[in-house]
This record gives sequence, C-alpha cells and structure tokens, in this order.
Amino acid sequence: MAFAAFSSNKPAPNAAPMKSGKIVLALLLPGLLYLAMFFMVPLVSLLITSLESPDPSGAIGQYVYAVDFSSYGNVISRYFPQILRSFGYAFAATLFALVISYPLAYFIGVRLRTRPLVQKLTLTLVIAPFFISFLLRTIAWKQILSDNSPTLEFLRSIHLLGADQYFLGTPFAVIWGLTYNFIPFMTLPLYTSLERLDLRFLEAAGDLYANPAQVFRKITLPLTMPGVISGTLLTFIPITGDYVNASREFLGSSSTSMIGNMVQADFLQNSDYPSASALSAILMGVILILVTVYVRRTGTEDLL
Amino acid sequence: MAKEFVPAGADLELRGIRKEFPGFTAIENLDLQIPAGEFFALLGPSGCGKTTTLRIIAGLDEPTSGQVMLGGQDVTFTKPHERPVNTVFQSYALFPHMSILENVAFGLRLRKIENPVPKAMDALNLVELGYAAERRPQQLSGGQQQRVALARALVNRPSLLLLDEPLGALDLKLRRQMQIELKAIQMEVGLTFLHVTHDQEEAMDMADTVAVMHKGRIEQMGAPEALYERPKTAFVAKFLGQSNIFVGQSVESSANSLSIEIAGTKISVPKNRAEKQSGKIAIGVRPEKAFFHHQAPAASADLNILGPGEIKDIRFTGVSNQYLIEIPNVGDLIVFAQNVGMSPVAELGQQVWVSFKVEHTFGLADLPAGDED
Repeated sequence: MAFAAFSSNKPAPNAAPMKSGKIVLALLLPGLLYLAMFFMVPLVSLLITSLESPDPSGAIGQYVYAVDFSSYGNVISRYFPQILRSFGYAFAATLFALVISYPLAYFIGVRLRTRPLVQKLTLTLVIAPFFISFLLRTIAWKQILSDNSPTLEFLRSIHLLGADQYFLGTPFAVIWGLTYNFIPFMTLPLYTSLERLDLRFLEAAGDLYANPAQVFRKITLPLTMPGVISGTLLTFIPITGDYVNASREFLGSSSTSMIGNMVQADFLQNSDYPSASALSAILMGVILILVTVYVRRTGTEDLL
Repeated sequence: MAKEFVPAGADLELRGIRKEFPGFTAIENLDLQIPAGEFFALLGPSGCGKTTTLRIIAGLDEPTSGQVMLGGQDVTFTKPHERPVNTVFQSYALFPHMSILENVAFGLRLRKIENPVPKAMDALNLVELGYAAERRPQQLSGGQQQRVALARALVNRPSLLLLDEPLGALDLKLRRQMQIELKAIQMEVGLTFLHVTHDQEEAMDMADTVAVMHKGRIEQMGAPEALYERPKTAFVAKFLGQSNIFVGQSVESSANSLSIEIAGTKISVPKNRAEKQSGKIAIGVRPEKAFFHHQAPAASADLNILGPGEIKDIRFTGVSNQYLIEIPNVGDLIVFAQNVGMSPVAELGQQVWVSFKVEHTFGLADLPAGDED
C-alpha cells in the first residue's frame, strides 16, 4: 500500500495514502542520503579522476581535469596479468568455498534440525572467526604456512612436501587464505536456504524412483539455488577486489598480486590516481557484467 | 532398458510390523493383507499409527521389527526409490521448481521409460488438467494440486498406490467430487490402493475393505457394511458412525439370544451377533435403528424397549432430527428420525419410550472406556 503511493502517477484518492507516502519518504531519507553521500559522490569522483590527465608541468602526482580515456588502455595493458589472476583466484576460491560450505550448511541446516541447540551452536562456530580481526587471522595463516613452520616441517617429514617446496607466496597460499576468509559468507546464505528446504520434497522424489544422488541433483540443489547464488556472489565479488591475502605482507608475493594490490600501489605509492581509478572502474564494470550474466543464466526468478 | 514393474496391482502383506519411536510405540504387532486390485482404507484417528504404517510401506521409515511383503517379495529394507510403490502425499509435495507436466513426468524420466512427456500428458488428461501442463504448482488450487499429485503417482503404474489423507485439505464439495473421481480411476486402472484417512465417511464410501486402526493396532477389518452393522469393539462402534452402548451383567441366555439387565430393563442381543457370551457385556445399537414412542410399545420377544425417558435435546440436521433422550438409570440415548413425515414428532421435555429390534443390536468384545472392570 505504501509503495503504491510512489509508483502511482494518479492523484491520491484520499488523504491517507498521501500521508503514508510522506512517512515512507521520511523513512527512506536517511538511507537515500547515506547512499548519495557515501556511494554516488565517491563513485562520480572516482570516474572523474579516472579521466584526468597528467599535469602539463610534468609534476609527479599532479593531474588536471580532462576527458582522457588513455588511463583505461594503459592499465589494461599494464595490469592484464593481475586482472586475469584476480578473476582466476576469485573463481577458484569461490568454488572451494562452495564445495566446503555446501556439505557443512547441509549438515547444520538439515541434519541438525531435530537438535536445535546443537544447530545454533554449530552455526555460532561458523561465524566464530569473525570475532577475530580479518588481518590477525590472515597473519595466523602466514605463521602456519611459513617456510619453517611446524606444519611444513611435518609435511616434509612425511615426504608429502619436498625439501625445496614451500607455500608462502604461492597462488596456493593466496587461494587458501581467500577461501578460508570467505567461507562464512558462503555458509550463511546456504544455511538459510537449506534450513528452509522442505524435506517432504526429498521424500517425494525418493518415492518417485530418484536415488539419493538424483534427489540431490534434481531437487535439493535446484531448490537451494538462491542460497548458492547469494553465497557465490557474496564471496566472488569481495574476493576479486581483495588486496590483503595476495599482498606480500600476508600470504602472497609479487607474483600473486591481484587488482586490489595494484590499485593500492598506484594510489598510495605511485600517486597515479587516474590509473588507480580506471582500474577500480574496470573491476567494477567486469564484476557487474559477470554477475548479470550469472544471475540471468541460473534463472533464480523461478524460485523467488 | 526400462525396468517394468508388475503390470497390475500386487498383493501387500504386513507381517508382525512393530515401530517404536523414542518414548512411544507407534505400531504394535500389525498384520495386514491387501489383495491385488483392492481399494483398501486404513481408518483411524490422528496418532493411531496409520501414517507410520503407510511410511513403512513406502519405505520412508523402517519398522523396528516385522516384514513388508509386496507381490510375494520381502521389501522391508528396500529403499523407497527401488519399490514399485507410489504415494500421494498429504501435502502433495509437488516440486515447486518444475512445471506440472515435468512433475508428472519425473518418475517416468528416472525410470527411463520411453516417451515420458506424452505419457505424463495422458495422465494429466485423466485428471482433467491437461490445460494446466505448463503451469507451476503454486499457480493451482488445492484441489488441482491434489489431482496433479495423483497423476504424478498414477502415471508410474505402481503395484501399490498409497494415499495419505490426500483429500484432507479440500472443502466438502470438492472432496466429494474427488472421492468419486478417485474411485473411478481406481476401477479404471485396476491398481491396489491403500488409502489412509481419518474420515470414516470417506473410507466407507470408497473402500472395498476398511481396517479401523486404534493405538497402533487394527481393531477390526472388513467390508464397510459389515463394519458398520457389526462393530466388534466399543472403539469401532463409536468411531465408525454413532452408537448407543449399554453395559450390564449378562443375566439370561436362551438358545439364540443373550440378555443383560440395566435398572430392571432387559436388553437382548442375538447370540450370533455377540462377541462375548457371559460376564459384563456391552450391547449397542445404531441411533437410526432406534425409535421413540409416545406410549409404551407392546412387549415383544424381538424388541428391546426402554423408558420412559425425557427428550433433552433436539438437533435438526436437514435430512433427520437427532434426539437425545435421557432414560433414568440407563443413561442418554441418541435416536435419529428421518424428516420424511412418517416419524413421530416430539418436543423438548416430552416423555417417550425407545425401542429397537433385537436383531439390530450388536454385542461388543470389550467395554467402552470408563466401564472397564
């Protein structure tokens, strides 16, 4: 009723909808203001910066307003490996997070239904890592995976790892860290979907000759697709822009740097603001396109 | 490639089925035989174990002990997807992410039957929903969904079709209509139907055989008429229709009848209609087989006469009036009188006598709750 006041062009038939329209507007105002100030303004500023060109005097870090698209071409050719790597790592980490989270969420959301207390407790364990800072957790992994850590010594002693092999600074360590850090963002939406899954559908499918694998593929997975989609989006998007795990100070090396690391370097070290902005804009554009295609392809509208 | 199940219905036999859940026993020692092609109803109040029985037959639950035999084969521990049994669930459980047609074709596709779509379409046409084939379950009404669930189960030509109170959610008119359709379909396809319900009218109307279940046991089983005319236990007498039940010590036994005495009045039952021949006995009569009179009727050997008593309540139900008559020292009696203009008309508070034929009474094997020794 309240939204009708907004969508309708016709004059309100009586005073009441007008009144509720004003209330809705008042309630929306803080959110709209917030969005305008902290999303729209920075976004426009970012886009303007990306189009600036270097100061004619040649002073480093000085730029003038222009409509100069050369930064875009520049960053694409300069950072092409990092761009590819970002999406590659994000894809891999999202996939691993999904493979780990789905059984976990299934266990909590379906198997533990009969024991609500254990269910809530397990769910708390899933989000427990959030009680510790993201950076601290990643540094902890740096310790665990470092070259002379007990973990590696143990792996070497059982000959799973050669004497000259290591983890830190490799894509493996970065993807490991990304997967670990984003698993709760995957597990929670999956849990929400699985917790609501009506098990009677699974029984009905079994009754109609579907073996357990077919029940999963034809019923469980399609019915929990909204959870899979929100989970993958919630992990894939932030992972693509992540600059902590891949940085040299944490789990990565110069050969694992991602877009985020390049934006950081251009902005804070090279004072190349137009390049940093152009790279950010490209990242945003590619993610938007990928997400749109993904959501269209998976056809979630059937489930909403 | 297609695995063909038994083409016609198969015999179902339950042997000594027992099911325990933590804290209670849902079924204790259930034996049941359902011949192929029969429409069998398992009737009982909620919590009597009938749905558990059905789930054990479908393979959704495993019995604690006992055997499920289908067409002579032991399927007790066979997984649901390997049993030639289909279920129409109480909740219908239509898959929300598939069209109606795909829902119906689901079982056919999984069994790799040829031409699943035309066969599913035929099944939809059978339940007169061919026009809705491309719709989603959420877009259909309850009655339509129920018919889709029926088509989805029937299309597989299962040896045994299980119906778990499928008509429970429908309104009275639609339920009557579906009962007729269901019975017609069963006769047409000749499958064995096992219908679980708490609606006694539905069970009596549709089934060839009705089993009344109570507290995890089958109290009585038989054709609906037999069950109604000769209930053997107080539970059946009261659950299947209404009954007037009199409890008393047996006082007299002749060659073919048996009497109890209550407050100086004798009530007789034919010996061949009595489950128990001596001791404290319960004798019942259906309210529509009892009549009331304004004067005491002439005593007769084949008539039980009670009274005088007072009419305490009159309920008008359309086709009949239901009178509640209180007879001192005997208790309350219910008498139905058809509104056809032939029965006497009585008013509240009037003094009346009640009579019923000895041949219409039945002697129960047990005593009603509260009258046990």
